[in-house]
Amino acid sequence: MRSSLAARTGFWLLILAIVVFAVFPFYYAILSSFRSGPALFSTAIWPDSLDLQNYVSVFRDQPFERNILNSVIVAVSVVGISLFLGVTAAFALGRISFRGRGLLLLTILSVSMFPQVAVLSGMFELVRALGIYNSPWALILSNLILTLPFTVWVLTTFMRALPRELEEAAYVDGATPWTVVRRIFLPLMWPAMVTTGLLAFIAAWNEFLFALTFTLSSEQRTVPVAIALLSGATQFELPWGNIMAASVIVTVPVVFLVLIFQRRIVSGLTAGAVKG
Amino acid sequence: MAKPVSSELTRARVRSAWIFLAPMLGVLALVAGWPLIRTIFFSFTDATLANLTDYRFIGFDNFLEYYEGEWYGVMADPTWWRAVYNTVWFTVVSVSIELVLGMIVALTLNTAFPGRGMLRAAILIPWAIPTIVSAKMWGWMLHDQFGVLNDILMTLGIISAPVAWTASPETALWAVVMVDVWKTTPFMALLILAALQMLPSDCYEAAKVDGIHPVKVFFKVTLPLIKPALMVAIIFRGLDALRIFDLVYVLTSSARDTMSMSVYARQQLVDFQDVGAGSAASTLLFMIIAVLVLITIMTARVRLGEDER
Amino acid sequence: MASVRLEGVRKRFGTVEVVHGVDLAIADGEFVVFVGPSGCGKSTLLRMIAGLEDISAGDLFIGDKRMNALSPKERGIAMVFQSYALYPHMTVYQNMAFGLEIAKSSKDDIDAAVRRAAGILELTPLLDRLPKQLSGGQRQRVAIGRAIVRKPKVFLFDEPLSNLDAALRVQMRVEIAKLHDDMGVTMIYVTHDQVEAMTLADKIVVLNDGRIEQVGAPLTLYHHPDNLFVAGFIGSPRMNFLETRVAEVSPEGVGVDLPGGGRVVAPVDAQAISPGAPVTLGIRPEHLTLGGGDAGLTGRIEVVEQLGEAFLLHVRLADRTLFTAKLPGDSRLSAGAEVRLGVKGAFCHVFDADGQAMSRRDGSAPPASAVTSSSH
Repeated sequence: MRSSLAARTGFWLLILAIVVFAVFPFYYAILSSFRSGPALFSTAIWPDSLDLQNYVSVFRDQPFERNILNSVIVAVSVVGISLFLGVTAAFALGRISFRGRGLLLLTILSVSMFPQVAVLSGMFELVRALGIYNSPWALILSNLILTLPFTVWVLTTFMRALPRELEEAAYVDGATPWTVVRRIFLPLMWPAMVTTGLLAFIAAWNEFLFALTFTLSSEQRTVPVAIALLSGATQFELPWGNIMAASVIVTVPVVFLVLIFQRRIVSGLTAGAVKG
Repeated sequence: MAKPVSSELTRARVRSAWIFLAPMLGVLALVAGWPLIRTIFFSFTDATLANLTDYRFIGFDNFLEYYEGEWYGVMADPTWWRAVYNTVWFTVVSVSIELVLGMIVALTLNTAFPGRGMLRAAILIPWAIPTIVSAKMWGWMLHDQFGVLNDILMTLGIISAPVAWTASPETALWAVVMVDVWKTTPFMALLILAALQMLPSDCYEAAKVDGIHPVKVFFKVTLPLIKPALMVAIIFRGLDALRIFDLVYVLTSSARDTMSMSVYARQQLVDFQDVGAGSAASTLLFMIIAVLVLITIMTARVRLGEDER
Repeated sequence: MASVRLEGVRKRFGTVEVVHGVDLAIADGEFVVFVGPSGCGKSTLLRMIAGLEDISAGDLFIGDKRMNALSPKERGIAMVFQSYALYPHMTVYQNMAFGLEIAKSSKDDIDAAVRRAAGILELTPLLDRLPKQLSGGQRQRVAIGRAIVRKPKVFLFDEPLSNLDAALRVQMRVEIAKLHDDMGVTMIYVTHDQVEAMTLADKIVVLNDGRIEQVGAPLTLYHHPDNLFVAGFIGSPRMNFLETRVAEVSPEGVGVDLPGGGRVVAPVDAQAISPGAPVTLGIRPEHLTLGGGDAGLTGRIEVVEQLGEAFLLHVRLADRTLFTAKLPGDSRLSAGAEVRLGVKGAFCHVFDADGQAMSRRDGSAPPASAVTSSSH
């Protein structure tokens, strides 16, 4: 590549701009989380304080560890259920041609486009009728609407990519469809399941509307609701330091997961969308 | 001659297809189908949140009702129409900006340079951060008194006095757009990047050999080739933006200037305890999105039909 | 071990029929090769026998049992796929054991069967490897091993060698032939490579456009093709064809005048034809000579291709037909030269206006003397 100095400088400035744009808000949240008292109101963009006060008070002022536990319970259960139901359904949708398959796929895709609020009052009634209002069960149930169609869709595209002859060889070897799923496709689908599971986990971890509507007490809240409703000593002054600390606590693990699995995530995101 | 009999294998496969699908379809019917039907059902009743079992049918009154010379119902509520306007404006503006920025990021990532993997990792960070957290982080950065953004802009001399980004009517919706752009541009960029990487390299080499200017190559070769993928990305993002709730709710609470359709529906439902009106608003939003999805499917159907054997 | 019988077997995909009524009998222990151009339905036919594809109409018997509705495992078949289709997450041992494991054989039986097959195919040192750690030829052997272990009554091969390079292909071909001799089991083999068909088959089935064109032993197809399609398909380079008319009909056969002067008399049964009727004269490149012969074809050499042990002359005749001659040794001829190709009547095939061959009289092959005299 032969390019002028100006062009190269411009290119690197562009990259710098993208990086700053992407990373700065999170970086600044980390900075703020280490500032407490009057230092919080410093707008310096370099680290100038390492005060853990906010991290202490976020756990002291509300049951934040309980909120984290709730989030983990809800997200893990939802991912587990979605993957289990999704992988067999994806086998049926991805590899077997039967009457009505196209319509089913479209329905599932449509459900993943649903505005959550469209099921809110019906879901509220269901949650009340089942007696699970203000419990993680309500969130596990309602979050399935987010993760299940998505999981089925992404796993179906992955399932389609596996060679047909593999399945046929297994039939010739005497396998039943269930054996094929269990012994051949499940082991081969692990990478895809990890990817899909991770994406579903993030979706459930971030879910807000249902968690806000179907929980009442602060012990039952999940992390996003807890952060959104974090209040300080006075009603009018938001405890920004605590909020930033809480934000950092719940974001760092997710960011690490994403960075570790970035390749997988990119393939999962594009499999879910581009093939649509 | 005997009728063609499908073999045991075919029958076993079709049978197992339905067995495999049944649990998933059952759960989906329970968590999506049934609540949706109930929501639409409630939109024709006067149910309240406090008492969901005691209601009566009031027809279309939740949507529109004429009573003693006045119009009532969701469709007569200027706040609803404001929410519709806000949502559509937000969708159009944010998706457009995301498209342009996403394209720039994708084109950058599509060139080979040292540290490309790091850049890709960096742009994934906004995507990974929970929406609520991003809303709070930006809320803090946009704070009118202590916000770093005001500080930077004032230091640079771009503004002379602090701006109440999330509170003042002129900037509040822009603030929502800004945060959404920050959060979802990575998704857009990755989709576009995936499309770019599937392009055949030989037509670029041919263009290079022919000495065609890169800008012209972009508009004449790249853009037409990735157009299908762009359409998919725009549709996905557009439908997603239309149902926006959490960002608006957290960043600007339920202020009228930024209220989206979802926020309006939830406010009616939970804050005002009016299940009828809330369901009516939800149903209207559902209809809008359903129509858009149907149009999308109709136009994409041809393609989907092709790759089915 | 079992015979295989197809009666009026058809395959439709939606409204499109791709196999139009195939009747075929395969004897117990026979090695049958389905050959034809791509899209001729040969793989579909094999997959119908395997039970991987439904039979739209007609009957399939293996042994004496009608198989149409049975699943692959109930048919007593084993299949080797073009892409090998080894289970990527299982070792060689596990791949070969999988079928028996599903059939709930005892651990000892499985182990004995796998080790025996591995011994036959020289896979014993590789048993603990994963497919991705194997070369193409080794993978192919594992795929065959997996089939052997199941002790099938019928062995099915779907273009098993087409992913291998040329040298390996020859080696594997020999191994498969040996396997058939050792096991004596019925084998059905699909390929588009006529060399594989000629070398392996007891019986070749030539398919075209979903129909059987001809069934016969390799040399029968070579010397007595039933029609233009088979004549053109079997043999490489393909047979030369000359559109012409019958000049004379005699008890010796059909006489045809050649553009280069002279008349050849092909020894075919000419009862159904009379002088003046349009026919196609066919002659294989390896049966042409430089000069000599009963009659000649003159033309200009367009290209000379040296093969080492022989050379090919592509000659444009006066009537624009392109003829190919395969001649032994090295060529000192070059493009542009005029040349006369000698034709012997005994080697000629004659096809009527419908493309059907007129039956050649002399038993199976042309006289041995004629073959030797052609190679000078």
